[in-house]
Amino acid sequence: MRRYAADVVTLARKDVRLELRTWQTLPAMLLFVVSTLVIFHFAVPAASARAGLGLLWVALLFAALLGLARAFVAEREQRLFDALVLAPCDRSAIWLGKAIAVLFFLVGVEIVALPAYALFFGGLGGRTVAAVALADLGICAVGTLLSAVAAAARVRELLLPLLFLPLALPIVIGGVGASLGHGRYLGFLALYDLLFATLCWGSFEYVVTE
Amino acid sequence: MSSLSSRLPPLAVLATGLLALGLAHVFFVVPDDADQGFSYRIFFFHVPIALTAYACFGWGAWKALRHLQTKRGGYDLESYVAVHLGVIFGTLTLLTGSIWAKISWGLWWRWEEKQLVLFLVLFLFYCAYFMLRFSVEEGAQRANLSAVYALFGVVLVPVSFFAIRLSQSNNIHPVALTSHGPNFHGWILVAFCVCLVGMLVLGSALYHLELLGKRLDARLRELREEAA
Repeated sequence: MRRYAADVVTLARKDVRLELRTWQTLPAMLLFVVSTLVIFHFAVPAASARAGLGLLWVALLFAALLGLARAFVAEREQRLFDALVLAPCDRSAIWLGKAIAVLFFLVGVEIVALPAYALFFGGLGGRTVAAVALADLGICAVGTLLSAVAAAARVRELLLPLLFLPLALPIVIGGVGASLGHGRYLGFLALYDLLFATLCWGSFEYVVTE
Repeated sequence: MSSLSSRLPPLAVLATGLLALGLAHVFFVVPDDADQGFSYRIFFFHVPIALTAYACFGWGAWKALRHLQTKRGGYDLESYVAVHLGVIFGTLTLLTGSIWAKISWGLWWRWEEKQLVLFLVLFLFYCAYFMLRFSVEEGAQRANLSAVYALFGVVLVPVSFFAIRLSQSNNIHPVALTSHGPNFHGWILVAFCVCLVGMLVLGSALYHLELLGKRLDARLRELREEAA
């Protein structure tokens, strides 16, 4: 167990360190989410509080997709995948390490995006922040697995959103519901995280091996 | 392959017989509906088609699970064929549902209905399954990726259903099968059961037909490679 945790931490730290040295993904995600909010402000001029919250969720989901599309780029370009699979660690640790790294980027984006949203559109409740935190877990769990799936395909960048968006729909329903003040949606988001994280954890091995 | 080809003709005959019997019931035996009159008869096709689509998706997921468990060659193709038929029946469900909705509610589509939205999400999900399959090279990896994605569908159905149910309260979509059993009786129940079994047998016959064709294709390719 301790060995497993150490593997996960090592893998996650590798990704975060790589990002802190190159700054390729995080600034792009940040710029994307702020630009999207500005676009939305003009695309939906008289946005009600309800519509505004929807825009926030769309912006966050697409920013996450941007990060997820880059998640396995280094492994693919440097041919690291085979080495990782051969490494003497549980395969699911690769998924968990990567998901934690993606979560780190996503939270970094939200530290800027949520205040920016409050500034542009006004109003940001505690429930919204809690829903975003819970949704992050689900997005990273499912997104990381699908990013690994898409990495095996010919049209990776095109495929990831197609695979991910139908599975992200319950997150959007739960997130928007919780943002509008219904507490029961928070429980639903936690249930989603639990179910899909377990499924991803169990099935990642089959994604990277033959 | 021989068991497949020997099962196909009886299944096809049975499906034709049952559907013909169902059609005769629907048009000549069951009475008109008090509210909707003649038009409600589309129910005898729409609901069995939808249930067949769910059965195909479930069967595809079961075969996907068997593939991951055993890694035996045939399960991947069986899973793919089942999902393929599920998408065809799913398209028919959306079409027949839209026609019925237009006649009975005056609208082609209503976002308020959980059955409709759930089916649309599933439909999009399985369309993405095809995109995945056609963009990965044929082989063990494609079989694994497809199987994992098909399994996600099984979890997505109850989760989406629960989510949509949480978010929507007012439903006008008729509920044919409640937790206390079907809410119709007599000849309508008989006609519905005949249509449902007929549609399931038709689905099964098409499944055998497509599987047989795909296996023949593969065998032909092998022979060609051997000859070349």
